[in-house]
Amino acid sequence: MQYGLARAFAVQVQQKLKILADAAKYDASCASSGARRSGTRDGLGSTTGVGICHSYTPDGRCISLLKLLLTNYCIYDCKYCVNRVSSNVERARFAIDEVVNLTLAFYRRNYIEGLFLSSGIIRDVDYTMEQLTAVARCLREQHRFNGYIHLKAVPGASAESLRAAGTWADRLSANIELPTQGDLDALAPAKRVSDVTTAMREIRDGCDAVKAERAESRKNPRVTRLAHKARRFAPAGQSTQMIVGATASTDATILETATSLYTGYKLRRVYYSAFSPIPDASPGLPGQAPPLVREHRLYQADWLIRFYGFSAAEITTPEEPNLDLAIDPKLAWALRHRAMFPLDINRASRELLLRVPGLGARNVERIVAARRFRGITTADLRRLRVPLTRTLPFVVTADHNAATRFIDSDRLRLMVSAKSEQLPLFAPKVSALTGEL
Amino acid sequence: MRAVAIDGSWESWRDAARGLLAEGALPGDVVFCDPTASGDLFSGPPLPVPAPTGVLKVPRRFLDEARYVAHHRSATRWGLLYRVLHRLTHGEAELLANGLDPDVHRLRALSKEVHRDAHKMHAFVRFRRVGGDDDAEAHYIAWHRPDHLIVPLVTPFFVGRFASMRWAILTPDRSVSWDGVTARFTDGVPRSAAPSGDELEELWRTYYASIFNPARLKVGHMRGEMPKKHWATLPEAALIPTLVHEASGRAAEMVKKSTSNGSAAAFVPEGASLEVLREASKRCRACPLHESATQTVFGEGLGGARVVLVGEQPGDEEDKQGHPFVGPAGKMLDKALAAAGIARSEVYVTNAVKHFKWRPMGKRRLHQKPDGGEIEACKPWLFAELRLVKPDLIVALGASAAQSLLGKTVTVARDRGQRLASPSGDVIVSYHPAAILRAPDDDARDAMFELLVEDLRLVRKVLAA
Repeated sequence: MQYGLARAFAVQVQQKLKILADAAKYDASCASSGARRSGTRDGLGSTTGVGICHSYTPDGRCISLLKLLLTNYCIYDCKYCVNRVSSNVERARFAIDEVVNLTLAFYRRNYIEGLFLSSGIIRDVDYTMEQLTAVARCLREQHRFNGYIHLKAVPGASAESLRAAGTWADRLSANIELPTQGDLDALAPAKRVSDVTTAMREIRDGCDAVKAERAESRKNPRVTRLAHKARRFAPAGQSTQMIVGATASTDATILETATSLYTGYKLRRVYYSAFSPIPDASPGLPGQAPPLVREHRLYQADWLIRFYGFSAAEITTPEEPNLDLAIDPKLAWALRHRAMFPLDINRASRELLLRVPGLGARNVERIVAARRFRGITTADLRRLRVPLTRTLPFVVTADHNAATRFIDSDRLRLMVSAKSEQLPLFAPKVSALTGEL
Repeated sequence: MRAVAIDGSWESWRDAARGLLAEGALPGDVVFCDPTASGDLFSGPPLPVPAPTGVLKVPRRFLDEARYVAHHRSATRWGLLYRVLHRLTHGEAELLANGLDPDVHRLRALSKEVHRDAHKMHAFVRFRRVGGDDDAEAHYIAWHRPDHLIVPLVTPFFVGRFASMRWAILTPDRSVSWDGVTARFTDGVPRSAAPSGDELEELWRTYYASIFNPARLKVGHMRGEMPKKHWATLPEAALIPTLVHEASGRAAEMVKKSTSNGSAAAFVPEGASLEVLREASKRCRACPLHESATQTVFGEGLGGARVVLVGEQPGDEEDKQGHPFVGPAGKMLDKALAAAGIARSEVYVTNAVKHFKWRPMGKRRLHQKPDGGEIEACKPWLFAELRLVKPDLIVALGASAAQSLLGKTVTVARDRGQRLASPSGDVIVSYHPAAILRAPDDDARDAMFELLVEDLRLVRKVLAA
């Protein structure tokens, strides 16, 4: 269906788009990775497994999906939320086919990878969940749409309605919003952590069940290939978002919550979103945003936990439960554990190399592979684009490396932090490939 | 030196390389000539490609990288590929693991550049629709400028994704079109050959501007990921300068709106009677609501009442008359009070916010809920009234009144009907009569009305005690 609709109608859609995209912009997740759907001759779209960022806005965030609210009417009154019932924002509601047509029209022009649909809570949670699911179902069934669909899982929705959502969506996400129930009580009186985690458990169980079914059918040759292709459940798994800086919770608490979500509910991603001042905010919220660098440090810490073998408890200390904003968390850890360094880059295990400041996971792999051929020198590290100021004091190389003499110096922190910081440490490299933030 | 002619495609190099390798040609003795790279002056005319013989085994990893490197614009790529291939098949089978070897390093660097370029092409191609309103007739055409010669490399991606559409991607080097069945490659064309617009781009720009959060600005990151060279073909990029320019102003505006309006405390005379308060309230300018309201609507009723009813704010009728609860919501309240057996003269009635907040809707003034800042600003008036009336019980009608009295957000449906402690005394929360008027249907209206009456019966008990 073309968008050559009546002009008045188009204007109306444009007005709704303005309101309902604006209302959705505070959700950080826009990833389109983790699921595969191949294109079909009569359908539209494909999902390749790696996300694609089709555009970037000046806030540094990627546009991968058409991120919309079905409506910003909401019966809840969460203080941090611009759409809470007591807020005075302009309200609007999309019809289901309006969202469907908009998604298809944008997709055909290669503006987007798919749709990320959320909604204010209207009538009740199950009704809301069903409305979201109806959009996804219409795209998949009527339009044979194979692009990416991310639906917001409404906490408190019934197991049946979540199951229906998972059938059509690639990813589901239930937002934890704040790290503790205490924080929620203060700012989102109607929300319970347990409602969110119940939804997460439903989704995890749904994913696991389908995975088990597929594994079973692969073992059993009598089940045809077609049959085990038939059932899908949120193949890209689930993610969540935590707002940082709206309450006094420390980074240690935030990372602890994140770890328990990763392990307990098999989340693919936890998004940390620096609290952003919203128009018409509730009193009791900070009027100022926390520094964006805090959000960045949390992402770095999150990466350390998922890919570098760190535990949440190692990254902060009881005395200083918040991350150091001036230096990255791995460097901060290394400065606290100088006795372990310098490490011999030609002998140390992969696990230990991952703990060297400035060495990324990919470079560690390269070093481990290359050192079989000859000793790694300082020049080699430069060729691998390792940030030398940050790394050299911590490693012994095959040639003379004078920087190691500073390992016990009082000035070490100053030396390695001065100018050593490339701000987007992990994110851009990965995001170029995965489409994730 | 020996010149070998290939047509610039990955396949032609692969076939030539197989033949050369079978003949034992050394990398230093071969120059590949293709239309995209000028030949070596000293190598003489290109010779025919030797026919490939036998089965050649190379690591899968080499093929993966080489296929990408083949689409690089660098003139030396073919020679590099042959050198690496030669080394792999002559005693250095593990070569690719050594990322520090100069050849491997260069191979990786070229492959990475092509990967990135292809990824950006997947992302930044923007189709423009041409041809009738009927989908079957429509064509989608894009013009894009990749860094490298990647049109054949990215074609399978676009074919898989847009199989049911008819489309063409034009670039300065090479173009490809898809008719629903086959992909056809043709020469490159200048940008002027592509359509100049699509009516949907306005809608896309609307989305782009709306999804951007001006409170966080990371322009460097954006430019790193979306290089300026692509901006010319991205319809949304035209907005970037304006969005960046206005961001700090919009963010400041958001913060300003989000912080409170100030406080009425400065307008509240100390030690005054209710009458003096009422007079003083007429001059309140603590928040901007006084600008659009007709007058301040102060509380009214029995001076020493044992019960105070607190509403949200005056409505249209109250604003005109200057008295609380005299409009439709007031009538509903009177009905509920009567049903509970309470006379209006027994109680004191007021509002959390003393000015009418509204926005125009045609010829009507449409009620708007006061925001947190306005409620906060008006609190000193309400608290001054409560200090003077000294009730045993305060009834908060609706969430705004409850927020003002309890200092936190409450959910009326959940918290109604129970005595809650507040700094000004015990509070009972119930539905605002206006909420009953706005109920979606008769059943809901009757149910809410019953609950309000039920709560007011508790009030009756206090009055009777």
